Amino acid sequence: MLNASICKINIMSYYNQFTANTQLKLSPFFERTSQLNESQEWRRWSGYLSATNYELTHENEYFAIRTKAALLDITPLKKYLIEGSDALALLDRLVTRNIKICKIGQVMYTPWCDENGKVIDDGTVQRLTENKFRITSAEPNLDWINHIASGMDVKILDDSETTAALALQGPNSREILNIISENTIHGLKFFWMMDTNFNGMPVSISRTGYTGDLGYEIWMDPKHALSIWDLLLEKGRPYGITPTGLHALDIARIEAGLILLDVDYISSRHAIIESRKSSPFELGLGWAVKMKKNDFIGKNALKRELDLGSEWEFVGIEIEWDDLENHYRNVGLAPGLPSTAWRTSTPLYYNSEQVGYATSGTWSPILKRYIALAHIKHEYSNSGTVLDFELKIEHFKKLTPACVVNTPFFDPERKRSCPA
Amino acid sequence: MSSLKKYDAIVIGGGHNGLTAAAYLGRSGKKVLVLERRYVLGGAAVTEEVFPGFKFSVCSYVVSLMKANVMRELMLPKFGLELLPLESTFTPLENDYLFRTADSDQTYREIARHSLRDAETYMRFGPLMGQIGMAVRPILETIAPNAIRPSLSDLFNTKKLFDHMKTLTSQQFEYLTKLMTMSSADFLDEWFKFEPLKATMSASGIIGTFMGPRSPGSAYVMLHHYMGDIDGSFRAWGFQRGGTGEVSMAIARSAEHFGVDIKTEASVKNVIVKNNKAVGVALENGDEYNSDIVISGLDPKQSFLNLVNENELPSEFVQDIKNFRIRGSSGKVNLALDGLPDFTCSPEEGHHLRGAISISPSYDHLENAYDDAKYGNFSKKPFMDIIIPSVLDPEMAPPGKHVMSCFVQYAPYNINDGWNDEKREAFGDAVIDTLAHYAPNIKDIILHRQVLTPADLESTFGLTEGNIFHGELTIQQLFSLRPAVRWADYTTPIRNYYQCGSGTHPGGGITGSPGEMAAKKILGIW
Repeated sequence: MLNASICKINIMSYYNQFTANTQLKLSPFFERTSQLNESQEWRRWSGYLSATNYELTHENEYFAIRTKAALLDITPLKKYLIEGSDALALLDRLVTRNIKICKIGQVMYTPWCDENGKVIDDGTVQRLTENKFRITSAEPNLDWINHIASGMDVKILDDSETTAALALQGPNSREILNIISENTIHGLKFFWMMDTNFNGMPVSISRTGYTGDLGYEIWMDPKHALSIWDLLLEKGRPYGITPTGLHALDIARIEAGLILLDVDYISSRHAIIESRKSSPFELGLGWAVKMKKNDFIGKNALKRELDLGSEWEFVGIEIEWDDLENHYRNVGLAPGLPSTAWRTSTPLYYNSEQVGYATSGTWSPILKRYIALAHIKHEYSNSGTVLDFELKIEHFKKLTPACVVNTPFFDPERKRSCPA
Repeated sequence: MSSLKKYDAIVIGGGHNGLTAAAYLGRSGKKVLVLERRYVLGGAAVTEEVFPGFKFSVCSYVVSLMKANVMRELMLPKFGLELLPLESTFTPLENDYLFRTADSDQTYREIARHSLRDAETYMRFGPLMGQIGMAVRPILETIAPNAIRPSLSDLFNTKKLFDHMKTLTSQQFEYLTKLMTMSSADFLDEWFKFEPLKATMSASGIIGTFMGPRSPGSAYVMLHHYMGDIDGSFRAWGFQRGGTGEVSMAIARSAEHFGVDIKTEASVKNVIVKNNKAVGVALENGDEYNSDIVISGLDPKQSFLNLVNENELPSEFVQDIKNFRIRGSSGKVNLALDGLPDFTCSPEEGHHLRGAISISPSYDHLENAYDDAKYGNFSKKPFMDIIIPSVLDPEMAPPGKHVMSCFVQYAPYNINDGWNDEKREAFGDAVIDTLAHYAPNIKDIILHRQVLTPADLESTFGLTEGNIFHGELTIQQLFSLRPAVRWADYTTPIRNYYQCGSGTHPGGGITGSPGEMAAKKILGIW
């Protein structure tokens, strides 16, 4: 028998009355997602029950992202509101992007580092008003942000359970939102956001996402969560709106070349050993490090790294098809491809010396290529370098060629474009 | 007086360390005899059916530090070692509680209910302590070198330790130093804000120690308790199926498998010493046994001030042993229950009863409890570390009934006017009253109670002053100083007389480590 008073936390933070016999958190959308999840496959995401896939396989959900519209519950993201006269100064000190040029209504993706220039987490910074921002992250960061904010005139609020969020991703996402939204979102540009309402329920819509496709994220009061979910599903039906789980998302984000904390890198806050930590340069995020801006946490160390050169690079690799097929042919089998994205670190060699490791990979159903994201020693990271990727074929270890390529693997024009 | 069979080695005391030493010697082909005073083996790691149908781990009640290599080398799983996980800590509070489990998401959410910041910090604290544990383990697993007249192997060990120290990161060095010197309260204040969290964590810094959470040095005791988290095969505190006595019995069965003879109700009167050399033991019943070497698993006061004549020992060594701090600070209350306790803050049966229940709502609660003891009284509102073994192992009690083990601090050995029956019961009442404050139904469900004061721990189990660690785990009596300088490598000033109890390096807890390392030292000399 479960302890009722220990269980009650599941419904404390939200307005819905739904409960389940679980010690994990339930998102305000859970009352719907739990009904829709035909596979009853769930993963943990920040302590929440989060759908792995709604159907028995994730393929339809993946193609919803690329050809229709996929609806994902992204409430488990950590969210913090930072408000006050020093909010801008705090964020500018915290992250590597130049927040001073972030306009009201604009969103910036950025990593942030410790004093040694090693990445702690990555997320988006939304400028809500002159002095109010929201920052999202994969892991709890309140302690770190508070630490940096010492002595500043800012109020930092954990918004993780006071704002619910959905992602609507895919080519039809704009049409669906336009039907529902009081204000047109035609003019909403990539990495900008706007306030509007759905049937009188206030929401913020940002043109952001984790799929590398046209897509939006919708931020709302949890008390409207179920009504908004219902509205989206109803109005989105003619456009192929599809509740989508984490398996499909994982494939899409690898195609988009987007990194995932605890999979592609480890936060320096709990890496324990130095070799597990990465600088933004070593994660392919050099473009997001603005060395010309004022002091920010980690700047001196990053300057040193720029001078000396980084030891590691983060690259895309493509496992070459013909050789892979031959390996399988040799044992009498058709090529075996992973059905979902994998997350097991896999060695990469150059002339039989290990020079890196892939951290996540997938067969790309849209590109028809076998792709992966990898950490490679700087000198072997040039585009076009052919490495050996380790794989097991019928229990035996084999090496097969994999070529370093540029990311994103998939980058449709619709991601950034606006209708004329 | 009859002289019986001659043995290679005789171990005095069938506690878990004595048995471990015996098993290792037997494993190397030595003919060994273990002599235990009581009717039952295990010493302080003992299971007894105190009331019909109700079995208790009478003294030591949880296992965490048992060394993985000892388990393997002595094949303990084959002989009955079965450790059930005991992975949560429940701290009842006024109208609320703190409940930490083995699951990080659940624990994060629970701590965040009280302090979001602490929840985050907690996630970094565990791995850090793991790192510190890693830094300390090689020290614990090395025979403490003789600091005065080092032998060649001492020099080798010392170099090994220096080499190890050089590999420490600055962070490991910083926190190791802090843990060696600070109070657990000061140390935890650097990390956390939520008082019940800090108090409960600091409690592992006072267990078995005559100190409060604000006493410098208590942080080390806390670290000692954290070491269990990193042991190879299991990561947290465990409960031995059948009680801690079954750990001892597993070791005893292993020892017998290796040809060791074990005798219970065989009380040793003294070690027979000839020409400053141990040659055997004499029993209270007049029997004598001869052997090449004698090993004492008893505490240092018993081993040197009781089993041998002080005249056989150098006077400065005698003085060191007399100064060795072994102050009893704790008592034990074992309850046979008709049902389970209902905690007001969480009134139903639930997972919280599967782990430890800690009565440690605040530093002040612990420190006030210590203050009572400082001035010669038992704590009116004591700190308690409680487990309900029958929830994990139903065979400990008749069906539907339960056994509860309450480790209680503080109960000073040197209580004003001495311990007597009346005072023992008053101490028991204080424990029950404190518990009833959080779980009011406790008084209605108690079928039997056993109250053990430090005086009882001394008279029943031979623990001097009732100290559960054979001497406090404070920095001045650790490593090369445990139990005395020059004699921390399990040897003694008397030739062929060795020591292997918790009063030797690396100290108390069900670890098997002193027994193992003593045996290895002896085999190295042999």
